[in-house]
Amino acid sequence: MTSELLGGALIGTAAALLWLGIGRISGMTGVISSLFSLQISRYRWALWFLAGVIIANPLYRLAGGQVSIDMNDSMPLWLTAGVLVGFGTYIGNGCTSGHGVCGIGRFSPRSIVSTVTFIVTGMITVTLMNGVAG
Amino acid sequence: MKLKSIITTLIPFFGGTLFGLGLLISGMNNPAKVRGFLDILGNWQPALIAVMASAVLIFGLAFQFSKRRKTPWFGDRFHLPGLSGISFRLLAGAVLFGIGWGLIGLCPGPALVDLASLHWPAVGFVVAMITGNRLAHYLVGPAR
Repeated sequence: MTSELLGGALIGTAAALLWLGIGRISGMTGVISSLFSLQISRYRWALWFLAGVIIANPLYRLAGGQVSIDMNDSMPLWLTAGVLVGFGTYIGNGCTSGHGVCGIGRFSPRSIVSTVTFIVTGMITVTLMNGVAG
Repeated sequence: MKLKSIITTLIPFFGGTLFGLGLLISGMNNPAKVRGFLDILGNWQPALIAVMASAVLIFGLAFQFSKRRKTPWFGDRFHLPGLSGISFRLLAGAVLFGIGWGLIGLCPGPALVDLASLHWPAVGFVVAMITGNRLAHYLVGPAR
């Protein structure tokens, strides 16, 4: 469980740095949505945050880390899941980072309800899919 | 370029890098691992709870500390989310997100982290995710 604790600590430290440093919530849904706001000067921070997230992968591999992406499902399933994630996080105003980390860290009732809802729904979805497949 | 402008660029860039490294080190970017965490009635792998626990703890402490301050170190104000209350819209969004998350095992941050691996299904997922984001924007509109 060491890698999970360490990874979570880095995520929490990054969120703390953004909040204390520039007063921003590091929510991925907000970052993605703000890319389309056409107010580049206002959301310049989101572009830089996104650039940092994307560069993390090659950096990690340069440092000798292994990046595994294990799933053999069909492309239509990946695309369907992507649309649902994009649509759902937009209307629900956040995902695992914004609601799950920053929202729960602020004791926001909205975020606690949202996080419990998407985790339980995800669990039901996986259980049903495994039941159908196996 | 003014010093403050450089710092307010470096903070989100460095923060994003740390965030992405955290997702990679914890394995959140690996769909199979996330689905193992969600498979509570099957072969449940609960280790991912530790990711959220340590992230929430550290951010929570920073948030409590920030209450002593009027402004961030390098910003004019703390941008708190403006919405409160639990709406149908919030729940509907969480349910749709939960279904999509369960289908493949990717949420937005980890999907973006996987972009640079040029794993084509994951790239397709990100394109679909952005399409879903824009569809919701034009069909439903921003939350008020």
